[in-house]
Order: sequence, then structure tokens, then C-alpha cells
Amino acid sequence: MAQSDGPTPLERFINGILPENPVYRQMLGLCPTLAVTAAMKPAMTMAAAVLFVLVCANIMVSLIRHLLQPHLRILVFTLTIAVFVTIADRVLAAYVYGMSKALGPYVPLIIVNCIIIARCEICASKQGVLPAIGDAVGQSFGNAVALASVATVREILGKGTWFDLPVMPLTSGDYGWSLMILPPGAFLTLGLLLGLNVHIQTVQARRKREAEKAASTALATSA
Amino acid sequence: MDYLAQLLLIGLGAGLIHNFVLYYFVGLCPFMGVSKKIDMALGMGLAVTFVIAIASTLSWGLTYYVLRPGAFLSSWALSLITGQAGEVDLTVLAYLVYIFSIASSVQFVEMYLRKYFPPLYKSFGIYLPLITTNCAILFACLEIMKNVVGVDTAAVWGLDKALVLSVGGGLGFTLAIVIMAGIREELELADTPKSMQGAPIAFIVAGILALAFMGFAGIDTSLGKLMLGGS
Repeated sequence: MAQSDGPTPLERFINGILPENPVYRQMLGLCPTLAVTAAMKPAMTMAAAVLFVLVCANIMVSLIRHLLQPHLRILVFTLTIAVFVTIADRVLAAYVYGMSKALGPYVPLIIVNCIIIARCEICASKQGVLPAIGDAVGQSFGNAVALASVATVREILGKGTWFDLPVMPLTSGDYGWSLMILPPGAFLTLGLLLGLNVHIQTVQARRKREAEKAASTALATSA
Repeated sequence: MDYLAQLLLIGLGAGLIHNFVLYYFVGLCPFMGVSKKIDMALGMGLAVTFVIAIASTLSWGLTYYVLRPGAFLSSWALSLITGQAGEVDLTVLAYLVYIFSIASSVQFVEMYLRKYFPPLYKSFGIYLPLITTNCAILFACLEIMKNVVGVDTAAVWGLDKALVLSVGGGLGFTLAIVIMAGIREELELADTPKSMQGAPIAFIVAGILALAFMGFAGIDTSLGKLMLGGS
């Protein structure tokens, strides 16, 4: 397992944010993306918890990667993750009790968040500690970007606020679009954002194709 | 009567009113991944219900007898080791114990089915390992833990309520995934905009389904008043 035959830490880091965004491109970790995004504050707390767990789990798995047995590795991953999730859960309960109550079962549910198991499997169990850290931070930032995008739409439309700061004062209180902060709003928002993401991808691909075509015809005419 | 009414309310609450997928968003991966054909969706739903029942029985037992503060087995072990009576609070270990019990029960179910019910094993085969990382099961265990640890002695849930919650939740998951598969089979023939095909439109459909399931909200309070208030 030479460390040179794989993406470098920086590549891993940049990959995680947009090109391999866990939510929009890989469709992983959808439960928290929908469940905690009624407002920005819980969404960002969740993103921070995922960052902590993913970095720690990736470092740990990367350190023990030579000892892993193929048939037991998933169990080892989940148990490692469970330890760090317990730490994160206790810390949240000790320092931000209200937020810990508001997030409820979704903090322990980080254990079965597919992003983390996928990163342990794809990166940390194959590469050294540095690429694993880069990968973990990049993927967590990508996850945070995705959570923030959904939470921004839902909080502004649903409550007229953003991070509890008033954005649209007239829609605050009873006049908000309450559907957006209820479960259906989460599904609808994520569905529309995923559609927008696919649309942007296709438009980009078409532009690139057209630019290449134009370049090749220009080359042909000049020749 | 009170007892049956309570069980009915817990089951209805977990299955319809607070549906695991459409209200709590747990178990979304199979809900999106395995909902293209009705028969596959039904198989997945039943496999989840089966595992959820076994895993929650296991985790209820562990929580009630070992993990909760002052539990029977941990206090007994403490008195055996130190010779003093006292309470031990092992709830910090809960997540580790749950994930371990879920993983091992999935493994046991797989082995048992392979040995005694090969046809059933063949139809479940692909989904069973996937179920280990299904959040619906861990979620059911956590809900049960919430009603065993840190509540008054009189309100601590027994195995009956834990089982009703988990089986109700599992059947609610089956219902949601089968409805979703039925809609998606028809959706194949519909003229969806190009960028909305696949997952995006599936999420929109799930949103509308969640809106429909919101219609069940409030049933529990009125039903509870009717049954518990009358008796």
C-alpha cells in the first residue's frame, strides 16, 4: 500500500467540496440533510459534528488499515465511528444542551451516516493519514455546503430568517411558509435543488462541448 | 382496555402519524434505492420489519437489564466485584452496544435464513447486509432507549411496547416504500423534464407523499381522548 498511488491530500480535499460532493453528486447521508435543515443553526451544528467524527474516524481507520480483515472491516468501521459519535454526543450535551435536545436522535444516527462509512472504505482504509485527513475535511466541507444550501432555502422561506437574523421581516411569526419547515418542505427543497444541480451539470457539459467544437472548427478554418 | 389502547396508539403513531421515512427521514437510502419495483420494495420492507423486531428486542433487553442506571445485571456485577451494593450507569455505552447488536442480529438472521429458509434467503439475499447500516433500525433502538432510560419508574417501557413500536414502525416503512414503488413504476412512463429525471423527481414525489401522511397528524390525540377518556 504505497502512499503515492492515490490522490494527494490536496486533491482529496478539493474533490470533496464540489466534484464529489457527498450529497449532490454521491447521494450519501441524506437522512441528516433532510432532518436537521429546518434552520441554519442545527444544520451547522450537525455539520460540525460530522466533521469531528469523520476526521477522527478517518485518522483511526487509516492508522489501523494494515490490521483490517476484509470480512470484518465494516463492523470495525461502524464500531470506531460509534465511539467518536458517543464522544461528540456527550460534548454536545455538555456544552450546547438546547441544541443537543433539538437534534435529538440525529446525532447518534451519524453512526449509520453512509458518508462516513463510504469515506473509511474508499479512502482511509487504503491511504495514509495525511490523505485521509484531507479527504475527511474536504468531504465534511462538501457536506456542510449541501446542508447549508438546503437550510438556507428552508429557513428563509419558512421563517423569514437566516441564522435567526431577520431576512424577510414580514414573513416572520405566523406568516411564514410553514410547509417549508415541516417534513414535506425538506423533500421538495432537496428534490428541486438536486434537479437544479443536474441542470447546471448538463449546461456546463454542453458549453464545454460547444467550446471544443468551436475551437476545432476555428483550427480547421485557419489551417 | 387502557393497555390495548396505549399499544394501539404507539403502533399507529410509529406506523402512520410519525412515519419513519416520511416524518423522521430515517431509512431514506433503501427508500430511494430499492423503490423501483413493487415486489422488491415489499421484500425490502418486510426484511427491515423482521430485523427491526429482532434488533429492538435485543436492545430493549440490554438497555433494561444492563445499561440503564440501577439495572439488575450491572448492579449485580458491581456487588460481585466490589462487594458493595450500588448503581452503575452504563448508558454511555449505548450506541456501541446497539450498533453491535444490530450488526450481529443481521448476521444471525442471514445465517438462520440461509440454513432453514433458502427461498426466503434468496429473495432477501441482497438486502440483508445492507440493513446493518439502515438508520431506521438504530432509530427504533434509540426511541426505545428514550422510553427506558431517564423516565419515571412507572413509565418505563416493557418489551411489549418496544415490540409494538418497532413492528409498527417497520410496517409503516413497508407501506411507504410500497406506495413509493407503485408511484415510481408509473413515473417511468411519465414525461419528466430531463434534469428532474431519477432522484430529483423521486424526492418531489416523496414530498407530496409526506404531505399526504401529514393528514394523519392529530389522529392520536383524538383517538386517545376517545379511548382513554371513555374507559
